[in-house]
Amino acid sequence: MTRRVVVTGMGWITPLGHDIETAWKKILGGESGIAPTTIFDAGTFPTQFASEVKGFDLRKFIGPDYELHKGVSRQAGFALAAARIAWDSSGFEKAAKLDKTRIGVYLGGGEGPMDFDNFTAAAVEGWNYGENTLDAKRWADVAYKCLEKVVEAEQDPNMAAAHIAQLFGVEGPNFNTLTACAASTQAIGEATNMIRRGDADAMISGGCHSMIHPFGVTGFNRLTALSTRNDSCITASRPFDRTRDGFVLGEGAGMLILEELSHAKARGTKIYAEVKGYGSTADAFRITDIHEDGRGAMAAMRLAMQDAGLTTADIDYISAHGTGTEENDKIESKAIRGVFGDLSKKVPVSSVKSMLGHLIAAAGACELITCLLALRDQVIPPTINYSTPDPNCDLDYVPNEARKTKVRNCLSNSFGFGGQNDTLVVAAFAD
Amino acid sequence: MKKHRVVITGLGVASPLGLGAVETFEALVEKRCGIDRIAAFDPSHFTSQIAGEVKNGNVKDCVPKGYRKATKVMAKDIELAVIAAYHAVRDAGVQTKCLVERGEAQAADVDSTRFGANIGAGLICADLTELAGALSTAAERPDAAQDRGFSLKKWGTEGMSNLTPLWLLKFLPNMLACHVTIVHDCQAPSNTITCGEASSHLAIGEAYRTIERGAADICICGGAESKVNPMGLMRQSLLNRLVTDSNENPAQACRPFDKDRKGAVIGEGGGLLILEELERAKARGARIYAEVVGFGASVNAKNWLEPQADGRGLALAIGKALKDAGANPTDVGLMNAFGVGTVQHDASEAAGIRNALGSDAGKVPVLATKGSLGNCGAGSGAIDLAMLTLAMSRGVVPPSLNTTIVDPACELNVVRGDPTDCHAELGLSVASALSGGQTAALLIRRYHA
Repeated sequence: MTRRVVVTGMGWITPLGHDIETAWKKILGGESGIAPTTIFDAGTFPTQFASEVKGFDLRKFIGPDYELHKGVSRQAGFALAAARIAWDSSGFEKAAKLDKTRIGVYLGGGEGPMDFDNFTAAAVEGWNYGENTLDAKRWADVAYKCLEKVVEAEQDPNMAAAHIAQLFGVEGPNFNTLTACAASTQAIGEATNMIRRGDADAMISGGCHSMIHPFGVTGFNRLTALSTRNDSCITASRPFDRTRDGFVLGEGAGMLILEELSHAKARGTKIYAEVKGYGSTADAFRITDIHEDGRGAMAAMRLAMQDAGLTTADIDYISAHGTGTEENDKIESKAIRGVFGDLSKKVPVSSVKSMLGHLIAAAGACELITCLLALRDQVIPPTINYSTPDPNCDLDYVPNEARKTKVRNCLSNSFGFGGQNDTLVVAAFAD
Repeated sequence: MKKHRVVITGLGVASPLGLGAVETFEALVEKRCGIDRIAAFDPSHFTSQIAGEVKNGNVKDCVPKGYRKATKVMAKDIELAVIAAYHAVRDAGVQTKCLVERGEAQAADVDSTRFGANIGAGLICADLTELAGALSTAAERPDAAQDRGFSLKKWGTEGMSNLTPLWLLKFLPNMLACHVTIVHDCQAPSNTITCGEASSHLAIGEAYRTIERGAADICICGGAESKVNPMGLMRQSLLNRLVTDSNENPAQACRPFDKDRKGAVIGEGGGLLILEELERAKARGARIYAEVVGFGASVNAKNWLEPQADGRGLALAIGKALKDAGANPTDVGLMNAFGVGTVQHDASEAAGIRNALGSDAGKVPVLATKGSLGNCGAGSGAIDLAMLTLAMSRGVVPPSLNTTIVDPACELNVVRGDPTDCHAELGLSVASALSGGQTAALLIRRYHA
């Protein structure tokens, strides 16, 4: 018999709030989390704004455990806090006889930010201007003095998953994937398969990331992937709109407690929804571009619905990857048309990246949470800043205002830079 | 749900001892050492100045002609993965798009939509010469002898434009899998596991599950990483994990499980395996090295920088893998241990193995490669598994270089001195992340047609 996987807990740290209800209310109200960058002085950068998490204090979330985890990177801190909220909302803290060797962690966690000030100081001191090359000896002398082991170690992308295991004492499988913007969707899909197979009874799964640092913005600016609408940053993230000019970098974490159905029932906990299907593919096309026909994206959506035992007619809402880049939105729309055919004109598609920005590795998990809330509240979040239709993007993007409607099944897309595509299907729980 | 059986049909390695799994294995049998003074940069002001470097191998020889331009945006980690992938598909006799475009095969014989990839990666270090070169243009006082000052304002206005537009793509960990899937046309599930030294094992374990549940018929899986760059060396050095007293005798520096071990040596390498659904492998008459029969994962961390002294997490992972395989601890006839060479990690690993295998643990021959290869990070585990696979199929186990007297705190039967004959039916392979503690065990069984 197939083991069914349900969601019994969730938490997030987002640019629109640090708890589920506050941020959800803002998303339904069409609020933007985007503002001029404060994390560093971006005044001379092509892009001078971002969607930052504001006023975050890890101590508020993990209390006395903070001492043990105080060296964590910004993103691992978001992960710990979101996991704490998810864990508590699942009732695990109070559960008796929890076999923690059967509870694992599967994150799509990003790398921690580099120690920018010290790294750049060492780099310019170590540069031999006369010969225009790196003097590795001089660099080493400076680096030994200014770099710190904890800051360096915390950059490893597996650290958030390790900290979470430590915080809850869970000894099940512990994984981290980093398939760029698809990472946390992939993590949740693979974690679901682990529970189905019986390799775990529950998984803490989701993602965390912050690339709002000088090297992150440099990297994306050089790729010309970011919006540069500095004069009106609050409207800069405009997925599917004809005037879109790139994505807006966000940061945060989203965490779910995935649990095997009978395990959840036995302890009588609240069930938020069921994870029904997962599809994963590679474009195998180009590292810089999505396949023109959306080949991999279409295959991922089809596989996820097949896995869920559902057809296109069953899908009431598509949470799009919808980054706001020219290419993604055009090809994703095309892929949805390819898969949904005539139904593509009817199924609502929206992108909460219009409000949250692009949380990179954490994006998929936070977007899946909005799907779970859409199922709960029977309302679809809007795509804000939508004003000018694009002939290449001719679907129903739920423009600017949330929509009350019947929502039974949602499909959520995440496509990673380089061509790794992942789709999840979640459904209202029915016994 | 029907579970498909999964076999290993191809081994691809790029290691400090050579290109190809066989070349590396034979060098181990000949007791050669791939560790030497670092050639990639001047290491003389680092406390550890030695590494296992991959000196041969040109990535351009491993991609189609039309893809050579794309090799410009590959960090060394990515190159190693692409090289290892080429060797893996060649070894497996799978005709991929790459081989067709290189004129080495007539037509592709693999269904791309059923061909997956799961490639572990590390935290890829920026090319320091490239990045520092760009950063140097944003110094406040470039002419000063010191305290030159970095100007973020200047970086934004003029500095950053000195970086190539695709700069970021060189260092995204998923680019190992992305380049490999593009070159060989793998369109089935593709993942990138980033869990330090456990990455390969977790990636191979997940690929095993992917084929087992029918989501792919064939997967290229393993990992690759290079720590041989100033930043990679600095990180390990700051963590006090490296041997610092053997700069003059690199071949004797790393001593896995030895009572005189003093630390690890950095390395670089890639290991990729071809896992295939059994019936597919049989139908094409493939050479089957072994069957993958068990996988287990856990976390073995006292805190995120140190392992558990009793190796509890590793023991849990091994126990799960044995249960998965329906095997008993006494069935394990040969194993490879990670044996990175630090006092703490080797002791934890030995304790975990002993706890899992019980009183007979001391009888199992242990293959340890780090004395010859150094710590190749995310690539290490797959290289080790490839060596274990060859040791089982050839019936000979290469010795662990520099292990002379096994530390009483690591009571394992580490094969040392000379190669040993061994005809094992069931082989165990383990790996754990030094930072973070993710740990995994894989079991492979000799395949009898």
